[in-house]
Amino acid sequence: MARTKAQFKINGGVHPSYHKGLAAAKAIADMPLPALLRVSMSQHLGAPAQPTVAKGDTVKRGQVIGEAAGFISAAVHAPTSGTVKALAPAETATGAKAMAVDIEPDGEDAWVELTTHACWEETDPKQLVEIVADTGICGMGGAGFPTHVKLSPPPEKPIDTLIINGAECEPYLTADHRLMLEYADQIAEGAAIIRKILGAEKLIVAIEDNKPDAIDAMETALKDMKGDVTVLVLETGYPQGAEKQQIFAAIGKEVPSGGLPMDVGAVVENVGTTLAVWDAVVNGKPLTERVTTVTGFPVQTPGNVRSRIGTLYSDLLDFCGGTTGEVAKVISGGPMMGFAQHSLDVTTTKTTSGLLFLAPDQVSEFTSMPCISCGRCVVACPMYLVPSEISQMIEAEDYETAEEISVLDCIECGCCAFECPAHRPLVQHMKQGKSHIMLKRRQKKG
Amino acid sequence: MAETETKTVENEALRIVSTSPHAHSGSDVQHIMLDVIIALVPAFLVACFFFGWDAIRLTFACVLGCVAVEALCRKAMGRDLGIADLSAVVTGILLAFNLPPSIPTWMAVVGSVFAIAVAKQVFGGIGYNPFNPALVGRVVLLISFPVAMTRWSQWTIPSPIGTVDAVTSATPLGLVKTSLLSSGTLPYSFDNATMLQMFTGATNGCIGEVSAAALLLGGAYLLWRRCITWHTPAFYIGTVAVFSAILWAVDPSHNMPPHFHLLAGGLMLGAIFMATDMVTSPVTLKGMAVFGIGCGVLTMVIRKWGGYPEGVSFAILLMNSITPLINRATRPRVFGHARKKTPDKK
Ligand code: SF4
Ligand code: SF4
Repeated sequence: MARTKAQFKINGGVHPSYHKGLAAAKAIADMPLPALLRVSMSQHLGAPAQPTVAKGDTVKRGQVIGEAAGFISAAVHAPTSGTVKALAPAETATGAKAMAVDIEPDGEDAWVELTTHACWEETDPKQLVEIVADTGICGMGGAGFPTHVKLSPPPEKPIDTLIINGAECEPYLTADHRLMLEYADQIAEGAAIIRKILGAEKLIVAIEDNKPDAIDAMETALKDMKGDVTVLVLETGYPQGAEKQQIFAAIGKEVPSGGLPMDVGAVVENVGTTLAVWDAVVNGKPLTERVTTVTGFPVQTPGNVRSRIGTLYSDLLDFCGGTTGEVAKVISGGPMMGFAQHSLDVTTTKTTSGLLFLAPDQVSEFTSMPCISCGRCVVACPMYLVPSEISQMIEAEDYETAEEISVLDCIECGCCAFECPAHRPLVQHMKQGKSHIMLKRRQKKG
Repeated sequence: MAETETKTVENEALRIVSTSPHAHSGSDVQHIMLDVIIALVPAFLVACFFFGWDAIRLTFACVLGCVAVEALCRKAMGRDLGIADLSAVVTGILLAFNLPPSIPTWMAVVGSVFAIAVAKQVFGGIGYNPFNPALVGRVVLLISFPVAMTRWSQWTIPSPIGTVDAVTSATPLGLVKTSLLSSGTLPYSFDNATMLQMFTGATNGCIGEVSAAALLLGGAYLLWRRCITWHTPAFYIGTVAVFSAILWAVDPSHNMPPHFHLLAGGLMLGAIFMATDMVTSPVTLKGMAVFGIGCGVLTMVIRKWGGYPEGVSFAILLMNSITPLINRATRPRVFGHARKKTPDKK
């Protein structure tokens, strides 16, 4: 076990105001069961799950209510015991609609029968991957990529490095920070399980240096682990937690354009996901809950709340005492990459890392100006893109040139738009360009 | 616990549903322009000290002229006024700084019209102009009114280093050029006293360019406020230094030493405030370096072999014209893409 400072410096990046103090000291609080849980079938990246229950069915906690539709998909489980009240499309945090199952809790919170694997060390890695797939685990840090897919690299791509991402570089969010403080041992064991699955020699736990207590906690938890184990201290800065940037900071290798971390022999798992893997393997529990940071200056008592998947945003807010001031913007996730919400009738998913309320004075409503070529976006872009130029191409609907100058490599981190003095909608342009090009590609194929 | 009113969030209140990011650095164009104006204050004070009323007269004429023309153009095109971004004020000050003290007010106004109407608004306003508007204004005046633009009044310099007679009725660069053309020799040796005069601003020249000290102070402010990066000015000034040092080393009897070239003419004003104009210079750091080097080479070529004694304006305008080219040629290698020179295809 060693603690080291990251040697490789990521390009660009920004230093937004972090405001982590609002919730960092708040221990994780369990929210009581709400009156309704609306569980979306689109919890993850990839194909939405197929519902396997009908209206009127009674379900137990952990029972499959949606099965994975294909390899890149993940199963969905009932977050508590109760009755299925409805099956209807509902809006998700991204604004898209997806089928959702409404469950009225019966208050018993009775689990289905669970198969535990306390002695996972003797279990076959393939079986462990199956457990991860069956328990519906997906990346809980951001995009929600199904974890079992990441854990089944093809044989020609051996994995030598497992990185546990505890950077939590998004401002305001403290859920991962709390997990590392309160569940360091379990995260360490989860990391050991994943490491075994992958056969990864190196284990790196990457944490930003603004969380010294989490660094200490993880160091203690990993003390007796054998082999090449490191707690990697990252300089605080956004986006240190972005997958490609984190891999570079940890091992100095760039994930090739269009490629995956496994192409450089690495897999990154978020600390929340790692804990879910531990819970799934050791306790046999499917993923039915997560910790969400409910925060922002207008919130009465900001905190880190463990709630069931499918909890209404409005219930989460009520649990935190409601708001004390005017709210201009509600964001699912963090301020840099999260999604603005126009309603609180949306429910949490496996990827809801935060629910952020912004006061009017924190929301700048600027009309965008023409680009003044200041070059700040260029300096800020961690992918070495020229956002100003790409944005102008997209505006001119010249998608070919945009593709040529690598719009598809954009990770939508938002650093460029954060810096732009002309307040140009750079990320909006990037997203527009990417989806346009991807659509064209699919059309060509199909 | 203090009683606080608990409100529920009304769904209708959440109207601002914009794309991420939902945080911003807080910078905007107006603040950048304000910082540039602040950075120009030391040079303006020096100009007032040495040129008195003329400095005030020209600065106000150009600023008012530029702002008025900007407002009129925007109005004529049916767009919002767009003067709040203060860019026209900056153009006005820079144009005035590039004029000799004796030029009549009306000419300054003509320059303003060209700077804003022709060089900026015709192209679509801020962000779209390929050439630095203030420099276009200056060059138009230089071509239209060559006499007025090169008439340097004979005056006594109340310099801080004692009263020094302005022995000359020309700028140091002009003097060198005429002397070399007429007699083939250098007009004077460049001693420490002259150097100090040129550093503080006790010399002849356009009202805003004379004091290297004041301009450097402004440059330091811009760097501190992150309004500019060091690349353009450093490479520009550095190139002039190297170029002139080589000429001087090869033939010291026909070339002024490098420290003369650094302090003379509009180099400091150009390198710190004009070549760094965001709109008309490259966006990449490498591009800024290339731009600076190009400006430096062209400035020295014009100073040495050109018809005009000073080459800063033309050099920057010429480089402006290839800015899009530089941008294209200096795009950084994108993360995860192979380096161009080492084709490591498997
Ligand atoms: S262009 Fe994309 S990757 Fe680069 S800063 Fe902007 S959002 Fe981030
Ligand atoms: S930050 Fe904005 S204004 Fe500056 S170059 Fe980029 S897009 Fe243009």
